Amino acid sequence: MNRSMIDLWVGVFVVAGFAGLIFLALKVGNLASFNTSQVYPLQAKFANIGGLKVRAPVKSAGVVVGRVAEIRFDNETYEAVVSMNLDQAFQFPRDTTAKILTSGILGEQYIGLEAGGDAAMLGSGDRLRLTQSAVVLENLISQFLFNKAAEGKEAAK
Amino acid sequence: MRAADVRGQLERLGGAVTSQVWRLGFASRFLLYLVLHSGTALRRFRLTVAEIYFAGVLSLVIILVSGLFVGMVLGLQGYETLQRFGASESLGVLVALSLVRELGPVVAGLLFASRAGSAITAEIGLMKATEQLSAMEMMAVDPVARVVAPRFWGGVLSMPLLAALFSAMGIFGGYLVGVQLIGVDPGAFWSQMQASVDVRNDILNGVYKSIVFGIAVTWIAVFEGYDAVPTAEGVSRATTRTVVTSSLAILALDFVLTALMFTGGNGQ
Repeated sequence: MNRSMIDLWVGVFVVAGFAGLIFLALKVGNLASFNTSQVYPLQAKFANIGGLKVRAPVKSAGVVVGRVAEIRFDNETYEAVVSMNLDQAFQFPRDTTAKILTSGILGEQYIGLEAGGDAAMLGSGDRLRLTQSAVVLENLISQFLFNKAAEGKEAAK
Repeated sequence: MRAADVRGQLERLGGAVTSQVWRLGFASRFLLYLVLHSGTALRRFRLTVAEIYFAGVLSLVIILVSGLFVGMVLGLQGYETLQRFGASESLGVLVALSLVRELGPVVAGLLFASRAGSAITAEIGLMKATEQLSAMEMMAVDPVARVVAPRFWGGVLSMPLLAALFSAMGIFGGYLVGVQLIGVDPGAFWSQMQASVDVRNDILNGVYKSIVFGIAVTWIAVFEGYDAVPTAEGVSRATTRTVVTSSLAILALDFVLTALMFTGGNGQ
């Protein structure tokens, strides 16, 4: 095989290889969504974050509007401080509630934002005042058991 | 008598260990020399292009066909398991994550080692056995710069592209079996895949893996060829050693890289 044919085939190979990479990045991964858009940070304090992880989605009405950027522990108040980056296109009122929710029964945990009625909007770096912690299964079960036990005592009287 | 026997065994063990360490040191020095003297291979890029042809283009068929079949098997097996939990829509995630994170770089690396690595070792070893390398030295041509470096860079540049093609082909195979044959919803297949596969955490880490494997395999291949005993038997032994050592290196490196990449910090 002569030189120019080798060059041609190597060119085809390199183009095909990069096409494979681009296919992986655009069609398989999610490069197109979110990485290019402008974001602004928000913070929220939770008494318990359950199984929330960094990069978990922040959703409002079920639509992804941002991602969790960082989770820290505040040693002054013994609460978890969650920093999240929200897409600049979405603005929320000052009295927005942040809840930690679970998608499905066994699904991953995410932060749900429920917009309030305030006219003033949250700015970059603001803190969400109203938060609701994750539901911990053990607490639920123990609460249920204590209620049952209390009911049993009353019935015996 | 007994004591002398044990002592002889110990001496042999020590000798084997020392010679392996000596070889590793020589291999590291060889890699450094190779990288420092690859000016010719990069300036006369045609030499490297010809080696990309031998290492990359000629490996295309085996890589593409294996990728397709690995993806199809993943589609079948994944569907069997996922439908028990009623989660067959997650088939795309399973196929894409297993290919991009693990199977793409590892299986492409193993195939590359046996298809291209062995050929590189045999070629350089035969050149040494037929004294072509010595003849080059006589003509004041550095055989490392002229023969070894283009093969090294050809292999290093080919491997990430081959791994990417393997993964892409595998995902296509999973799509063929999962969506076309079994009938998983194509929208769920692609959208769940796109929601769960992260470009930086999954795809780029897979590319880094394939780059590391490419360097390891090609380094082992050119070193074994250059260090081969210059006889027919020596070359055949060196070729076998290339395939065995680079397969072990790929699997061991894969464990280390996975531990570094996917267990740190965000635990995704």
